[in-house]
Amino acid sequence: MKTYKQTFAELKHPALIPFFVLGDPDFDSSFEIIKAAIDAGADILELGIAFSDPIADGPTIQKADIRALAGGMNIAKAKELIKKIKAYKDIPIGLLMYYNLIYQYGTEKFFADFAAAGVNSILIADLSIDDADEVSAPMKKAGLDTVFMITPNTEIERAKRIAEKCTGFIYTVSLLGVTGGRDQLSDMVRPLIARLKAITKVPICVGFGVSTPQHAKSLADAGADGVIIGSRIVKIIEDNLNDKKSIPAKIAEFIKQIKQAIQLN
Amino acid sequence: MKNNGRFGQFGGFYVPEVLIPALEEMEAAFYKFYKDPQFVADLDTLYNDYAGRPTPLYYATRFSELVGFKVYIKREDLLHGGAHKVNNCLGQGLLAKYMKKTKIIAETGAGQHGLATSMVGALFGMQTKIFMGSIDVERQSVNVHKMRLCGAEVISVTGGTCTLKDAINEALRYWTSNVADTFYMFGTACGPHPYPTIVKHFQSCIGTEARKQCLEKIGKLPDIVTACVGGGSNAIGIFSAFVNDKNVKLVGVEPAGKGIATGKHAAPLNAGKVGILHGTKMYLMQDSDGQILDTESISAGLDYPGVGPEHCLLRDNKRAEYVAVEDDAVLEIFDIFTKCEGILPALESSHSLAWVYSQKNKLPADTVVIVNLSGRGDKDVDIVERNKIK
Repeated sequence: MKTYKQTFAELKHPALIPFFVLGDPDFDSSFEIIKAAIDAGADILELGIAFSDPIADGPTIQKADIRALAGGMNIAKAKELIKKIKAYKDIPIGLLMYYNLIYQYGTEKFFADFAAAGVNSILIADLSIDDADEVSAPMKKAGLDTVFMITPNTEIERAKRIAEKCTGFIYTVSLLGVTGGRDQLSDMVRPLIARLKAITKVPICVGFGVSTPQHAKSLADAGADGVIIGSRIVKIIEDNLNDKKSIPAKIAEFIKQIKQAIQLN
Repeated sequence: MKNNGRFGQFGGFYVPEVLIPALEEMEAAFYKFYKDPQFVADLDTLYNDYAGRPTPLYYATRFSELVGFKVYIKREDLLHGGAHKVNNCLGQGLLAKYMKKTKIIAETGAGQHGLATSMVGALFGMQTKIFMGSIDVERQSVNVHKMRLCGAEVISVTGGTCTLKDAINEALRYWTSNVADTFYMFGTACGPHPYPTIVKHFQSCIGTEARKQCLEKIGKLPDIVTACVGGGSNAIGIFSAFVNDKNVKLVGVEPAGKGIATGKHAAPLNAGKVGILHGTKMYLMQDSDGQILDTESISAGLDYPGVGPEHCLLRDNKRAEYVAVEDDAVLEIFDIFTKCEGILPALESSHSLAWVYSQKNKLPADTVVIVNLSGRGDKDVDIVERNKIK
């Protein structure tokens, strides 16, 4: 199974990391969309399992969660979809989700089962390093890499402690806020990348509010090791629900534009 | 954080990283000021002169005759704003002032916390935003109007079930984007640490007063103390003074809605499973995957899928007993109690009265029960009328 380490070592440009909610808008369409993203040049996938109360997400991802749940998505089907994706291509997969779903499944069993399905890491949006002890040992035991978030208001000493706990990459939040497309890249993000580069060698992948090829390019210029694009991509799904078959090609086209922008580096 | 905010296995602070600095700041400020003589004196003045504390402990003569034992009512319904919520809002508002915050936000279900926050926002001259589920905006329109009169902006939340849980989701999201200058005035003894501790502290005046008043009036402690439990702030407020009095039985009353067996209720301590939502580990209404379930209760203020972490511990260690009563029993007691005593109880508080009524002629005549009448029922008159017509 391909690791983050191998992926970051091979790439000559920042990793392109699109985010999808598994099963959005339905199981089969979701698989076709994600396949198209892989073919168009995604280097790593960030995948969400829909939750009824996603407090870290803005309206676009909330709606995607609701669509996926309405389309019958659940934990068992999410695992099945991940296996199908991994059978299509061995691409690293990070899950981004909320703690209650893991807790109900049984933390150790969740990590073991999803590692076996082909997941490389699980980032829990509502679990900070203060409670990392609840998950770090079982994650390690399952062979998963660890990923935690750092935000522009994280103090430097705390950032160091977070970085020490990340074996995969640091999910670097570009702004103060929830997920969602933005016109402008946050002016907090360049200084944040610089601060983190000075304290850690762990790859720095930037997400939240990254919406255009220009945003991706400027993050690449600022030294990001990966760019995570979520809401802008999920919005393409939302805007084309009346013609689901057209979505994969539209997603592919957008991803190619991003890829081109970060390869210019 | 100084403290891990745990009550046994419950509690904690399960929040996105971006909120950690704000919670740390709040925890530090709380521990710095809550015993500070100036802060304590300021809060006492506000409690007494603004809110109307201490509230009476009233012996309900006719209701006592009806049920066959002695019922005392802790009159939190007489407070300014009509409910216990003002205790917490004055405490947190003063804390916000000491922290030099100029903007406050809050979630609200029944609108009582939203109203108390709006009053305190006006009192301290702070810009106030209230997040409220669109269904609650409709069923508690009088409170919405009062909030706006106090100068607050009321934001109607349409996500999810359009009730309290969704209002909290939206308030948390807003706070995430505005953490630097905004104080989140959380309404109940739930949510991430330090809120359960802070809210309990500011509501503990209810129990401290009630215990003292009871000793003064009858020369002994009560046999039973009962309160309704949604998030659990009024209950933890009155329980806190009696927790160490081993012979005082504590009874929390959850909303059984249309009945526990129907699944249409909001009684996680009776029928939930341990899980994590809104920053805390607690008993929670959820399906087998961990998706949060819709709740149902005639009282908007109790319509929440989780419950404060300290109540979860009191349940597990059996120090308190948690029962549930259905909407029908609540409507019945609203009528009975009002006709008996000339006091309109809030539908929330009517839950604890309904449990007391269910004990009619079952307890010895010298039994002393204190009911925390957490709020007045004026806001519920329309709902009660509508449900009568049906």
